[in-house]
Amino acid sequence: MTEDAPKLDPLAELAAAIERGGLITSRTIRVGELTVETTIDKLIALLTFLRDDRDCLFKQLVDICGADYPQRARRFDVVYHLLSHRHNRRVRVKVATDESTPVPSAAAIFPAAPWFERETWDLYGVWFADHPDLRRILTDYGFDGHPLRKDFPLTGFVEMRYDDEQKRVVYEPVKLTQEFRRFDFLSPWEGVRQALPGDEKATKN
Amino acid sequence: MAETEIRNLTLNFGPQHPAAHGVLRLVVEMDGEIVERCDPHIGLLHRGTEKLIEYKTYLQAVPYFDRLDYVSPMCQEHAYALVVERLLGVEAPIRGQWIRVLFSEITRILNHLLNVTTFAMDVGALTPTLWGFEQRELLMEFYEQVSGSRMHAAYFRPGGVHQDLPTGMLDRIQAWCEQFPRTIDDLERLVTENRIFRQRTVDIGTVSGDDAIAWGFSGPMLRASGVAWDLRRAQPYDCYAEVDFDIPVGKTGDCFARYLVRMEEMRQSHRIMLQCVKALRSVTGPVSVDDKKISPPLRGEMKTSMEALIHHFKLYTEGYKVPAGEAYAAVEAPKGEFGVYLVADGSNQPYRCHIRAPGFPHLQALEFMSKGHQLADLSANIGSLDVVFGEVDR
Repeated sequence: MTEDAPKLDPLAELAAAIERGGLITSRTIRVGELTVETTIDKLIALLTFLRDDRDCLFKQLVDICGADYPQRARRFDVVYHLLSHRHNRRVRVKVATDESTPVPSAAAIFPAAPWFERETWDLYGVWFADHPDLRRILTDYGFDGHPLRKDFPLTGFVEMRYDDEQKRVVYEPVKLTQEFRRFDFLSPWEGVRQALPGDEKATKN
Repeated sequence: MAETEIRNLTLNFGPQHPAAHGVLRLVVEMDGEIVERCDPHIGLLHRGTEKLIEYKTYLQAVPYFDRLDYVSPMCQEHAYALVVERLLGVEAPIRGQWIRVLFSEITRILNHLLNVTTFAMDVGALTPTLWGFEQRELLMEFYEQVSGSRMHAAYFRPGGVHQDLPTGMLDRIQAWCEQFPRTIDDLERLVTENRIFRQRTVDIGTVSGDDAIAWGFSGPMLRASGVAWDLRRAQPYDCYAEVDFDIPVGKTGDCFARYLVRMEEMRQSHRIMLQCVKALRSVTGPVSVDDKKISPPLRGEMKTSMEALIHHFKLYTEGYKVPAGEAYAAVEAPKGEFGVYLVADGSNQPYRCHIRAPGFPHLQALEFMSKGHQLADLSANIGSLDVVFGEVDR
């Protein structure tokens, strides 16, 4: 990260400039990357500001994706990555939502947005308001559920096979010949930390 | 003349059409020969890579990246290695960086050889494919020599590369580089001035620079539209800042410009490869970070050192823990900007790993590019997009 050190200053300036717009709730710079967080009602105004402001000019929407944090009240994050070719900078915008609160679609600002939003809807079940065509995109026709949620099991619920008698593919509940195994390798690397019986004698004189 | 009712025709294209470059299903609405609407149905190759990665350790996640865009495997490992390194706060040693750049460029040639020649096949030329695949085979031998696998290499690991180059590797790569320009010349003589090829590609699928940016284009697709943007130059990673190369930029933004940009990029990659070979002859040292908690010990060391054996065991069972945080790293993959957004929670498994595939927004723009063109131009457009469904569907 040595090359990033001189670049941090303009990034902090940019962060301050974005904050002056009053559209964000927090900003962080970590590992040379700027993250701003905003709320659902200010999202479109913020994205428009980031695209058009002279100091920002984030003309390209690189990516939209979801992330799931089930322990939070608003469990989903929708993460936008923007890129400015002019200033050679990136910014990440995060907005939190839950299963029932729709996020406004960025399709009117960035033509690249619809498919990324469809993907987020498909995998996480985040609803986008005013989306031109919000259908599933990656999963199968007629798929049920949102597979990247943390409470969706890795093995899924249905499996598909070709049935030779019916001469067509059939869907059936997943049958595993053996339970899905998940090993806990998280024993601490440095060895046992907690005091073992008798340890107190070592320090007693 | 009797009045007849004219109805639009809905055509199902793919998912097993040779010009669909994999499992693309297009629902095309046509007015006669003219494409009115085209709705790509993707996801037929969806394997849940992102979900699987959440259940694997950081090292076990590497091979999944080979299987995304199976035409340019190492560049994707590269993005993943960079993002994990960024969170770990380590940097690959200089020899490892040169090896990565060398193999990234080999990968670029592999990818462009496939795309340019199959694109030519889409519009009616069979010979280029056969010539291109001969060279691809030779390049995949280099893959095999360093990693043991022709395609799914798992060679770039967080912290560097897995093993040093075998003896005589640089001489073989040099020898390959000496004969390669002749293949490019042959391909150019065969295709560039070809009348049929030009009729099928010039002024087809024209995208302006502003549109290309707005639609999320990157890589050769963006450069063909006249935007001089290359992550290797703009946000250099590893030792790309030290190599000398030109960035070809197209003028017209049509299928033909995209073809020309890719051809020139192969020549530039060839140039970078020669510089890497030269550098690697003098740069010595380790190829992976000198931290035994991240990179595994050498095989020979394990025979004599108990500690090395423990490290090996721990690394291949528990793996290493990555400090909590989030990062996005992007590389200039042959198809465009390939990015990985990684959220770590401090354990030995990624909490969330999103893969930003360049082909995804490119394919999204297919309707925008093809509207008003004829059906035959649709397959030229798909060919010039350079999509591979492993990465689009993930």
